[in-house]
Amino acid sequence: MRIYLDHNATTPLRPEVRDAMLRVLDEIHGNPSSVHAEGAAAHALVEGARDRVAEAIGIRSWGPSERLVFTAGASEANNALLRGGPWARRGARIVATNVEHPSVQAPLEVLAAGGVRVERIGVDAEGMLPEGGLEEVLREPPDLVTLIWGNNETGTLLPLAGIAERIRDAGVWLHVDATQVLGKYPVDLRDVPVDSLSLSAHKLNGPKGVGALYLRDARRVAPWLLGGGQERGLRGGTENVPGIAGFGMACELVQKEGDARVSAYAALRDRLWHGIEARIEGVRRNGPADAVLCNTLNVEFEGVAGEVLLQALDLEGVAVSAGAACHSGKVSASHVLLAMGRSVHEAGSCLRFSVGYGVDATQIDRVLEWLDELVQRARGAVGA
Amino acid sequence: MSEVRNREGAGERMLVAMSGGVDSSVAAACAREAGFEVVGVTMHLSGESSRCCSLEDVDDARRVAESLGIRFFVANYGEAFREAVIEPFAEAYLAGRTPIPCVACNTEFKFDRLLARAEVLGAKRVATGHYARVARDPESGRQRLLRARDSEKDQSYYLFQLDQAKLERAWFPLGGLTKPEVRERARALGLVTAEKPESFEICFVPDGDYAKVVEGLRPEARDRAGDIVDTKGDVLGRHAGIHRFTVGQRRGLGLSSAESLYVLSLDALRRRVVVGPESALGSREMRVEGVSWVSGETPSEPIRAAVKVRARHEAAVATLEPRAGGEVRVHFDAAVRAIAPGQAAVFYGGAEGDEVLGGGWIAGAAA
Repeated sequence: MRIYLDHNATTPLRPEVRDAMLRVLDEIHGNPSSVHAEGAAAHALVEGARDRVAEAIGIRSWGPSERLVFTAGASEANNALLRGGPWARRGARIVATNVEHPSVQAPLEVLAAGGVRVERIGVDAEGMLPEGGLEEVLREPPDLVTLIWGNNETGTLLPLAGIAERIRDAGVWLHVDATQVLGKYPVDLRDVPVDSLSLSAHKLNGPKGVGALYLRDARRVAPWLLGGGQERGLRGGTENVPGIAGFGMACELVQKEGDARVSAYAALRDRLWHGIEARIEGVRRNGPADAVLCNTLNVEFEGVAGEVLLQALDLEGVAVSAGAACHSGKVSASHVLLAMGRSVHEAGSCLRFSVGYGVDATQIDRVLEWLDELVQRARGAVGA
Repeated sequence: MSEVRNREGAGERMLVAMSGGVDSSVAAACAREAGFEVVGVTMHLSGESSRCCSLEDVDDARRVAESLGIRFFVANYGEAFREAVIEPFAEAYLAGRTPIPCVACNTEFKFDRLLARAEVLGAKRVATGHYARVARDPESGRQRLLRARDSEKDQSYYLFQLDQAKLERAWFPLGGLTKPEVRERARALGLVTAEKPESFEICFVPDGDYAKVVEGLRPEARDRAGDIVDTKGDVLGRHAGIHRFTVGQRRGLGLSSAESLYVLSLDALRRRVVVGPESALGSREMRVEGVSWVSGETPSEPIRAAVKVRARHEAAVATLEPRAGGEVRVHFDAAVRAIAPGQAAVFYGGAEGDEVLGGGWIAGAAA
């Protein structure tokens, strides 16, 4: 039996989600844009799913220009927002942290090359914004602030409620990448006044290839896929109906299970950390102990290459993650840990454990046994 | 399961070093057929530009692993490789030697490091696609390192530093196969690497332009122009840096002379390239340093052996005279052409002359 502790990379599909998707695949083949009954059924399904996703982020009523646009995932949402607004013009100014996800990082680099001033707020040793860092940036209000709410690698959660209010008061557009947050921490846009938000279904037991971009005022962002005018003209192309239905169901489950899920994940994560601390010498937790995603644990194992430990765990049936793996399978030091002041060597000795649906305490105990043995083996094998 | 148990591997986990070429692909297939639980590992050794570790090769290795149904990982040794192989490579050229980086790569990476990784990954042994054989001597119980059956492809020269502990944990499934047989197996298995062309280059030297690589690593190499002299010390011309030359080289000297002139030696201190006629290239004596013996034991008195002074060299018969401090004096029966300091000297012996006894680094040669 495999033990999967890499839920920040992607999650298994919930059976309820699968059922919802199968129903669509089997029964709903219409094009949501078509006039006939088949089309109407598909349209109703897409709009129902939109409501489920909106509810999951605290939207109860819609402003005139407020939109939730289905995308192919959070990467598309981040790209569309960053490259499609007035902040993408030469001479505009964008502020971001130095621990953003690559789907924010890469567009920012392109914008910077095109004459946008991109400024960074450097995070502290726990991945949090430094005291006064935001105020300094807002003294001369930028055109856009983009923030990763919950960090995929360390789990660090920014205290977004207070931050968002200050940014709104400064009259600045705030984009938030909430990909890792939904389902692991309450997302309620009534409490957190953001202007745009990126989401992804496959991080919350939904299907891959579907996500959403929430826009408080869609008039500020240019359409990014031109075609048949779908998604109110912002993103053309026939909708991914089964995927959207799955996303809707995944959000419905978040709504239903919310708090219970969070405390269950936190208990498993804490069991893992306490076990590691008790059994293994020379370990250090990355990121804050409190303001952190309920399912995420990033640990440095002194004197052990994360890559080797990951492979050894994998062969014993345990899936975890180390740093950022590129498509070739080559693992390089995490830019997030480097930004938090870790050396390349330290960053290369870290593993990320992320629990989720299907993980139980017995599995955690099994992982602890393997970790204990494999860390010892790795420390004894110089140059591995 | 019972079928698996009856085979050699019996489900034992084994690491296979997979480069993305046809040989190591077939080695992985052999390990699987023998009943091992195979874990393929591709070493990522240097920058993206390097041929041997290019993403394409990693992808090929991964695709082979997928089609064989074995696990596959990348082992990142870029930094260590730079320190242990690439930097000394550049350093050697600046010192007037002709390095052979593949030996350090084979010993320190394909064995030392992959064996260490195997230990962590719960594997006892490492298999590679080398053309070489290992056989246990029934009397002494020692492992013997032998030439491959395919003498054209034999790679035992590169492995002379393997000791008993490493040979105990090494497996060379291609040692008894010929290259055409290996290709045939790859085709039969439908492996994507079956028709992949062979590479003879040093993996981190694209297009064979090693001088460019040396100058990239040691920009000061470009400022080390000097004289080309004959054996009497008379200046015949100028050169742009001794790293561009190797003993026995004829081309690139830019000299106009009635007879063909060859590089006889390189004098790093005085930045001189010494040239002379082909007849002056022969050496009867050679000094070898850093010698290791496969058996682990230095012979107590002179022995007869066949000695290879570079990878593509028909071994020449000689008497080896072991000295203190890991040094061996080699007295060839007949003069050997163009012995280049920095290359590996590998000693072959045994009843068939196909056993690697040991080897070391050529420090100097004399007529």
